[in-house]
Amino acid sequence: MTDHHHDHDHAHGHADEGSHSTLKGYATGFLLSVVLTAIPFWLVMGKVFANPQQTALVILAFAAVQMVVHMVYFLHMNAKVEGGWSMLAMIFTLVLVVITLSGSMWVMYHLNHNMMPTPVQQMRDMP
Amino acid sequence: MLASPDLTHLIFGRLTWDAIPFHEPILLATFAMVVLGGAAVVSAMSYFRLWGPFWRNWVTSIDHKRIGIMYMVLGIVMLLRGFADALMMRAQQAVSFGDAAGFLPPHHYDQIFTAHGVIMIFFVAMPFVTGLMNYIVPLQIGARDVSFPFLNNFSFWMTTFGAVLVMASLFVGEFARTGWLAYPPLSGILSSPDVGVDYYIWSLQIAGVGTLLSGVNLIATIIKMRAPGMTMMKMPVFTWTALCTNVLIVAAFPVLTAVLALLSMDRYLGTNFFSNDMGGNAMMYVNLIWIWGHPEVYILVLPCFGVYSEIVSTFCGKRLFGYTSMVYATVVITILSYLVWLHHFFTMGSGASVNSFFGITTMIISIPTGAKIFNWLFTMYRGRIRFEVPMLWTIGFMVTFVIGGMTGVLLAVPPADFVLHNSLFLIAHFHNVIIGGVVFAVMAAINFWFPKAFGYKLDAFWGKCSFWFWFIGFYFAFMPLYVLGLMGVTRRLSHFEDPSLQIWFQIAAFGAVLIALGIASFIIQLLVSFMKREQLRDVSGDPWGGRTLEWSTASPPPDYNFAFTPVVFDNDAWADMKQNGYQRPLQGFVDIHMPKNTAAGFVIAALSALVGFALIWHMWLVAGVAFVACLVAVITHTFNYNRDFYIPASTVVRVEDQRTQLLAAHV
Amino acid sequence: MSNSHASTLAAAGPSYFVREHHPENGTLLGFWLYLMSDCLIFACLFAAYAVLGRSYAAGPSGADLFDLPVVAVNTALLLLSSITYGFAMLEMQRKKLRAVLVWLAITGLFGAGFLTLELTEFAHLIHEGAGPQRSAFLSSFFTLVGTHGLHVTFGIVWLVTLMFQLGKHGLSAANRRRLMCLSMFWHFLDVVWIGVFTFVYLMGVLP
Repeated sequence: MTDHHHDHDHAHGHADEGSHSTLKGYATGFLLSVVLTAIPFWLVMGKVFANPQQTALVILAFAAVQMVVHMVYFLHMNAKVEGGWSMLAMIFTLVLVVITLSGSMWVMYHLNHNMMPTPVQQMRDMP
Repeated sequence: MLASPDLTHLIFGRLTWDAIPFHEPILLATFAMVVLGGAAVVSAMSYFRLWGPFWRNWVTSIDHKRIGIMYMVLGIVMLLRGFADALMMRAQQAVSFGDAAGFLPPHHYDQIFTAHGVIMIFFVAMPFVTGLMNYIVPLQIGARDVSFPFLNNFSFWMTTFGAVLVMASLFVGEFARTGWLAYPPLSGILSSPDVGVDYYIWSLQIAGVGTLLSGVNLIATIIKMRAPGMTMMKMPVFTWTALCTNVLIVAAFPVLTAVLALLSMDRYLGTNFFSNDMGGNAMMYVNLIWIWGHPEVYILVLPCFGVYSEIVSTFCGKRLFGYTSMVYATVVITILSYLVWLHHFFTMGSGASVNSFFGITTMIISIPTGAKIFNWLFTMYRGRIRFEVPMLWTIGFMVTFVIGGMTGVLLAVPPADFVLHNSLFLIAHFHNVIIGGVVFAVMAAINFWFPKAFGYKLDAFWGKCSFWFWFIGFYFAFMPLYVLGLMGVTRRLSHFEDPSLQIWFQIAAFGAVLIALGIASFIIQLLVSFMKREQLRDVSGDPWGGRTLEWSTASPPPDYNFAFTPVVFDNDAWADMKQNGYQRPLQGFVDIHMPKNTAAGFVIAALSALVGFALIWHMWLVAGVAFVACLVAVITHTFNYNRDFYIPASTVVRVEDQRTQLLAAHV
Repeated sequence: MSNSHASTLAAAGPSYFVREHHPENGTLLGFWLYLMSDCLIFACLFAAYAVLGRSYAAGPSGADLFDLPVVAVNTALLLLSSITYGFAMLEMQRKKLRAVLVWLAITGLFGAGFLTLELTEFAHLIHEGAGPQRSAFLSSFFTLVGTHGLHVTFGIVWLVTLMFQLGKHGLSAANRRRLMCLSMFWHFLDVVWIGVFTFVYLMGVLP
């Protein structure tokens, strides 16, 4: 009967130290993040677009891109980490976040529109 | 002593002697029974010197098998409480017509229906389902435990202490009177300033943390700890349903946590999320709580579908028909369950476009379940069916659940739902699917896997009694409710004026009595089986001719489950092994690496419950101290790096040799 | 990942057993799954803010209250703390315990700076009568931003605890896993902050 006491620094979890970080990776991510932050702040504080909806859409797009930058450069997200399960979990979560946010907004908009009381002035103007 | 009222108030918050219901005879009688029963248990444990073993082998155990059994015990205990609530409701509704007020005033009745729902969903169904997954999944995938054994223990105690808080509300203060989902503004601080809703919030938040962590645990286990050769598409169907269930848990329970947190902020801090004024919107609560609530019912039912799949294939002696479509159906249900939630509030006024979208998605989600029913039927076709007790429950499920599912599709039609929403038709529908789907599965699973967990079968006669009482009782109890619902009777009423309705309620009460006999038969079954255990003993580890890996172990399995990890080549790995003449290894055993027991989970959960209790009663100082203590306990636990040990090879040899001899002696 | 020593005691045919099997460690995956659930909690809080964020109840709006330059500074502090944690991870790969501790400390300080600024902002708002009880907008603002801040607080507590544990046990496998979990947590908080400064602050001042 052989004695198998393992050095647990190596036997378990040797395959998943995670992707290796590099200084270049962090620096790139950092610079991209700075730019992707500065531009939205400038767009809003400088009132660059006349249309606030347009501003909103643009800065949301920047936010989405910067989130991806963080995922890739800081969180080392790729399709190979944990055999692809990390990516799958994140995509699934993202889908649910979109459903929760857009679903709630859609439902609540309709509920509010149909069910909230009519303002007094509007009531007076009704035939 | 505490002479100054300020000091008393500082320590005890709003907890006073008035909180104890001295003036309620039903509660006093219940309390007396609990005290007597508790005293009996405590004395027995002291007399037989069981405290030490109880602490060492159960409370501090991180073994998934023990934790699984404890979950099942919790579920059974809470079933008795939840069912007592049901009996009281049936009795009240059967007699309270016209001048007869019944024996439960609305103030009490409202707490009963709220507690009935909360307990049955959170503290009966969830523990049962979690317990089954905990016990079976590691064995089915050839693993020795779950990925995070300490977290497993902690999750169990969090769930249990959540249940303890609900039970405490019986004797100290009151429970919520809002229904099991506690909609504001009724559950807001203005309409429900008393402790009831706070008991609701904190017991669910505490239990919810446990459930969420359990979800993470089982997903990681299934992904990471499968035996070599067991690819995803070679996993047993129960493991697949467990995986999808736990994905739903991780995805849905955060929503419950967030919503209850927002409600608690409204109550404790005066925020305006769900208030009627200051910009609040109570409908947002309903929206969010059902985004949790619908996945929750699939969390309850998916493992049950897995149970039925295992039982059907075993007792028909055939591989499950359509394994691939079963897997796809389960995954599709998982995803679609997020797209139907509004069907719980069609009548709230979201309009035609929203209602039709969700009505259509609700109808679509019934399709994969239908596919599963066909797969089970096709498995049975040309099979050699053995009508053992688990199979009876399964067939009962197929009939009952299909009826319930059909009424669900009926309710999915928004115009129909406008008539039937919150009527007794709805009550009948969801009890139909939950009892037919979940309760029957739990009973089937207990009868099926009990021999594995304890080494002896359950008595078949009492098992059949239990089944028939439940099955017939269910139809007597709930078919009248469909009729009443179609006649327009609303849910949650404790008194009626129209005497023509009474006969239906009386039939329903009769059904509840039959179900009570079914539960009693089950308890008797447990006792009789224990007394007759030598006659019912199974030494082979495989009393039913099972097809999956858990049946390859001894009954009960040793602590380490498998001396050697099995290698898998095909679906139904154990059936494959038996067919190909596997040889159980008799030597060459090595030391086995196992996690250590720990008290940390129990301690942290107990402190969390104390924080909850203190917050309920506005005992701010106690809450603060307990919270800090909890944090210290957590941090202290993280300083423990000494969490595992080795079972020496000599012990493994001894255990395996014992089994070899047992198998040889009973060939 | 298994040492497949086929048992020579098996009958002819495939060997159904393996003498030693080391299942992969699930800590990093498990922590990632927990983070996904945390993401969903934030999603609900974002949803609440999306629905209630313009319900001012005749009180102050985002345009009235938000001080964007301060938010920019806060964003910078958090982003810098992400980088310094990244440097700590680089030193961990190089097995330099001392350097790891230094960068962790700097990360903690940036985090503390972030929290200080945020708490000052909250105190100021409450002092002005724009506390969480004033309107649904403010309730959802304080809850969303406050929950993020609570997470940062717990992150700092964890960071300090981990520094003690690194002192005690060095860069063992268990501690490296813990560092990686905290890394995921810390960067995740920065990702959430991107959502916060965009959706709450920047969009909040838009008409």
